[in-house]
Amino acid sequence: MTRMQVKSSQASPLKNRGVFGANLADRAFRWGTLAFAIAIPVLILVLGIILTWDAMPSIRYFGWHFLTRSIWDAAPDHQYFGIVFAIVGTVVSSLLALILAVPISLATAVFLADLAPRWLRGPLSFLIELLAAVPSIVYGLWGIFVLVPLLRPVETWLFMHCGFIPLFNGAPYGIGLLAAGLVLAIMILPYITSVSREVIQAVPQVQREASLALGATYWETLRGPVLRYARSGILGAIILGLGRALGETMAVTMVIGNCTDIPTSLFSPASTMPSLLANEFVEATGKLEPAALVEVALVLVVITVIINAFARMLIWKVSKGDLQGVRE
Amino acid sequence: MTARTASRSWFHWRRRMSNRLMWVIAILATLIALTPLVMVMYYLLQQGLPALKLSFFTQLPKPVGETGGGMANAIVGTLILIGLASAFGLPFGILGGVYLAEFGNNKLGQTIRFAADVLASVPSIVIGILVYGLIVAPMKHFSAFSGGVALGIMMIPTVMRTTDELVRLVPASQREAALSLGASHVKTVFTVVMLAARGGVITGILLAIARIAGETAPLLFTAFGNRFWSVKLGEPIASLPVQIFTYAIAPYDDWHAQAWTGALVLVTLILVLGIVARYATRGRVRIVR
Repeated sequence: MTRMQVKSSQASPLKNRGVFGANLADRAFRWGTLAFAIAIPVLILVLGIILTWDAMPSIRYFGWHFLTRSIWDAAPDHQYFGIVFAIVGTVVSSLLALILAVPISLATAVFLADLAPRWLRGPLSFLIELLAAVPSIVYGLWGIFVLVPLLRPVETWLFMHCGFIPLFNGAPYGIGLLAAGLVLAIMILPYITSVSREVIQAVPQVQREASLALGATYWETLRGPVLRYARSGILGAIILGLGRALGETMAVTMVIGNCTDIPTSLFSPASTMPSLLANEFVEATGKLEPAALVEVALVLVVITVIINAFARMLIWKVSKGDLQGVRE
Repeated sequence: MTARTASRSWFHWRRRMSNRLMWVIAILATLIALTPLVMVMYYLLQQGLPALKLSFFTQLPKPVGETGGGMANAIVGTLILIGLASAFGLPFGILGGVYLAEFGNNKLGQTIRFAADVLASVPSIVIGILVYGLIVAPMKHFSAFSGGVALGIMMIPTVMRTTDELVRLVPASQREAALSLGASHVKTVFTVVMLAARGGVITGILLAIARIAGETAPLLFTAFGNRFWSVKLGEPIASLPVQIFTYAIAPYDDWHAQAWTGALVLVTLILVLGIVARYATRGRVRIVR
């Protein structure tokens, strides 16, 4: 509003003015920058159209069987594709990562937000962020040469002593679902930690003070007022982590073993949708394989976009004041 | 009476203990969270330093069987790809961000912000497939150019979001001062407002570069990789992440050592970018407040 008033007071009868008192350069500025901004939604549309179009032969040929059967037969004369094994691999490795990462992330977030001495919070948060800065490929390299050899004896021990549990009843190669879940857990930990830390810090200080003033301990304050206030944001942080885990490619491809059977134990080599793409796309041949792989990408993108939108909604609810009545 | 006191003190003791337990768990969890970082850094240095010689930066990969050689082509390739990505992604990121900050307080602005969030959540390998469909398949060969476009697309959401937020943070008084002196809107934005916001915008750019510098997945189907020296934009080009990947999954010990050194160089590059970005942020805080 202020801008508009200033603008109109600057109007001069000597120059040709637009409807809103904006001159030619200002209008060019507005429409020019709009052209760049509007490119983003257009790009999303193009992404949807290209993926659907390129996947069409596969969608037409396999229909729902693509999502309900488990077979990856790329022999040129009788190609048949159903991606249940990749969906199972993706979901199991991501859930495993969540199970491992969430408790540690939340406890770390609480420590960084409320418990740690003030001088320690900055450096510690920085170190956690460093964990997010390390690229996927480096985690993959570390996974192959450090984590997998370390994991092999652990898996052997689990197989010998807990083999009666179906989860641990498999050949302990080292590479496989468990390795992928561990690497993913390390990779999503910093995201869940820093978002939850921010959400916990966004809980109004009066909530804590009121609880402490009533004689509650730190733990009781945290468990009650603080976490209850922050819970939908924390759920958002967790789902955001899930979204990252689902789409993660390189590190998983390097440690999961890339097997196109449905995994039978946590030690089984498996595939995820991204790892399938990374392994097969360049060498895809025949009429259907390229289209089938693009359909995998389409399924993947639909899942991750929905999950991320849901997570952002939850986080937004907390940070923008969901519980208006309790605000300072 | 005594029984009552005893039960009360038991109650207090339990509350104090669970409080202490929470402290211990939180500290332990933080230590566990930092363990992978320490381990990754330790192995990067231990495995990567021995092969870190000048020749690593100046020589090309040797044929299989010969030891030595370097990743000069991949290092230059990564820099070229970063340059291409910036040339493609930054105009969209910065100008789009300026649009959102200046005119984006409406439905269209919200739609564009939502689209940027969606783009940020698309898995990087899918971006590779998109660019393959858009550029590589019609041109019928892999190229450095298509790799740059893929990485550039990945830069846009970060740069757009930070530019949007930072331009908004510039105090209205500065803007009004410029307008009241007779400057046009476009002049106000590109001289006064952007100058005030530049620290934060540069931070956004550096963070975006740090993020794409280590990306491998979108390059697999676009820039592809190259064992030879190539700086032509129309041909496949080597990059550090793809070279590390190729070397890591190959069966040769010498290649593994080179992969570790490549990873050390890559992580160092990314950390330097991140730390410079932090300094730029400090500058921003001083300017804005």
